[in-house]
Amino acid sequence: MPPMIEVRGLSKQYHFGLSVDKAGNARELMMRALTAPFKRREPKERRPENTFWALKDIGFNVDAGEIVGIIGANGAGKSTLLKILSRITDPTEGRITLRGRMASLLEVGTGFHPELTGRENIFMNGAVLGMRHSEIKRRFDEIVAFAEIEKFLDTPVKRYSSGMSVRLGFAVAAHLQPEILIVDEVLAVGDMAFQKKCLGKMSEVSKSGRTVLFVSHNMAAVENLCQRGIVLESGHMIFDGETKSAVRQYLALTNKDGEGEGHEIDLSDAPTRKPRYAPIMRKLELFTANDEPAPRAIQVGARLKLKVHLRLPHVVPTLTFAVGINNMFGQRVLTLNTLCDPNLSHGPLSGETVVVCVVPSLTLVPGQYFLSLFIDFGAEQTDVITDALTLTVLDGNYFGVAKPTFSGVFVVPHSWSVEQVMEVSLPEVAR
Amino acid sequence: MQSRFEMTIGPRKGWQPLDFREVFMQRELLGFLMWRDIKIRYRQTLLGGAWAVIQPLLAMLIFTFFFHRLAGVKGDPQVPYAVFAFAGLSVWTFFANSLSISSNSLIANQSMVTKVYFPRIFIPLGAIGAMLLDLVLSLGLLALLMLYYHVHLSSHALLLPIFIVGAVLSAAGLGMTFSALNVSFRDVKYAVPFLIQMGIFVTPVIYPIRIVPEKWVLLMGLNPMTGMVIGFRYALLGTPASWAVMGISLAVSVVVFVSGLYIFRRMELRFADVI
Repeated sequence: MPPMIEVRGLSKQYHFGLSVDKAGNARELMMRALTAPFKRREPKERRPENTFWALKDIGFNVDAGEIVGIIGANGAGKSTLLKILSRITDPTEGRITLRGRMASLLEVGTGFHPELTGRENIFMNGAVLGMRHSEIKRRFDEIVAFAEIEKFLDTPVKRYSSGMSVRLGFAVAAHLQPEILIVDEVLAVGDMAFQKKCLGKMSEVSKSGRTVLFVSHNMAAVENLCQRGIVLESGHMIFDGETKSAVRQYLALTNKDGEGEGHEIDLSDAPTRKPRYAPIMRKLELFTANDEPAPRAIQVGARLKLKVHLRLPHVVPTLTFAVGINNMFGQRVLTLNTLCDPNLSHGPLSGETVVVCVVPSLTLVPGQYFLSLFIDFGAEQTDVITDALTLTVLDGNYFGVAKPTFSGVFVVPHSWSVEQVMEVSLPEVAR
Repeated sequence: MQSRFEMTIGPRKGWQPLDFREVFMQRELLGFLMWRDIKIRYRQTLLGGAWAVIQPLLAMLIFTFFFHRLAGVKGDPQVPYAVFAFAGLSVWTFFANSLSISSNSLIANQSMVTKVYFPRIFIPLGAIGAMLLDLVLSLGLLALLMLYYHVHLSSHALLLPIFIVGAVLSAAGLGMTFSALNVSFRDVKYAVPFLIQMGIFVTPVIYPIRIVPEKWVLLMGLNPMTGMVIGFRYALLGTPASWAVMGISLAVSVVVFVSGLYIFRRMELRFADVI
């Protein structure tokens, strides 16, 4: 049986020069169009500095019934790959053969209109995803039940909570009956119970012999769901094989820049900063007990001091800073926020500013953690760096015992007592 | 589980013909998009669907007062000026609104363009299709006006669909072209309202074509809406019309539609990357 998905030599090149500088100006395009016939045609080659390969020479097969996870850091090319597979954009080189009806879910609730009611949006969204009217009608009750929105069916979606509209969007998508399903990060949203439901639905889909391609940052979900993982790094495919090894490869990649470095991290051009944010956070310093510099690793239960250097573009009356700590599976285990400190006060700030956070005892169990940094000056986020650094929490003498066991997420100081309540004579016990 | 379905994705370059099979397979989506546009157009408005007729009605009253009464512009002598102007305004308003909505349609539906695949032409075409309802409503009002002024329906009324199709083709052709250009050049957003504003003066909507010098009449036919406006009056009110002008306009509307389709299909390849 030939594979359901066959990808051969797939590459995608983007030209940033054109869309930003030149194409923004109709006059230049008209001039080019007018003068083009009089110019000698230059070989179709663009200056390499204006282009980059979002994907380079990707090739793999996916068989019927397989669930394959695609993992990689931000900007590794995952979304580009999914966009090409979903036919949203064309590849620059290479070919894909799909042997089955495909549905892709790059976003939950595509085509939702806030003014339309839940009922109307189910039909709209279903049609956008390629369902027939009769098909949607037949599965309507199931979709409504799955989304748990019976009571709000005739309310405009703009009045829904974000959780409700996500549930509705996923419910429609889950009732598609494609032979190939492509899913992107859908599980990043919604509460735990609903995420579980979604994961269940997806493994059900694959058990019925359908093929699923799944992209996620949630390593636990990838490990639970997929038998096989493909790891992308800056446009190249660096691993294709069993999921556990794929996840290990990915974690090794993300940690690569964390090893053996000093306690200072330059944030001025952090790769995981979203392009729309100005680089306000410049530098991060880590310290542990007695203000000793900590080179990205501290012992369990030790003091953690973070010092973030900012360069503020203007006078800021009030500033909110937060540090989000995720574990290896992408779960947020802890958030440190300036809003949580009742004693914090500061006057108007500008220019070079330092924000310091002290955790007297960081009681996360040993392992690797990813720290994300957020800053805002009021309503909206002003600078965000996701996974700015990897912090290793080392085994340590937290409990003061020789062989501590660490399992779970946190350690807390605790004590035990064991005492005998009544004395019983030994012969009685023996009897 | 394996179906016989097979599809290949690869780089495409240059001019793309329309994939009729795909459009046919997904025709229901076009219906849904039209339905959605109709549903949301007048949501949370007080007057709702009445807006479909308020616009040409007020325009008719204003033109009747200022152009006809004060400036002395005459319509066709067979019918009162109000009916003459409203017949022209009904199709012109349809064209103008269709063009302005479809030109911005791709931008307005950005998330759909970047998140899911479907035949992209459905977006501008759906927007225009939804406007047909407004046209029907304003034709209803025209019928009431004709009753009021005792104007009889012309015996050419069966030809009306030809001119409706011509107006749809013109609006769709230009709408596809402008919406595709709008993806890369937001200049379109400023140019189109201006074009529409000027358009009403180079189209015989509020004046009869007979006041145009003979040698320019055929030239005016190159504006596809000239023929459609004349044709609307010819089919409904029975006013005189030249088939030469209407023929040229109909031919131009077909050309505009086909070239719009090709321009759209060509630029479509880069929509998701540029929008």
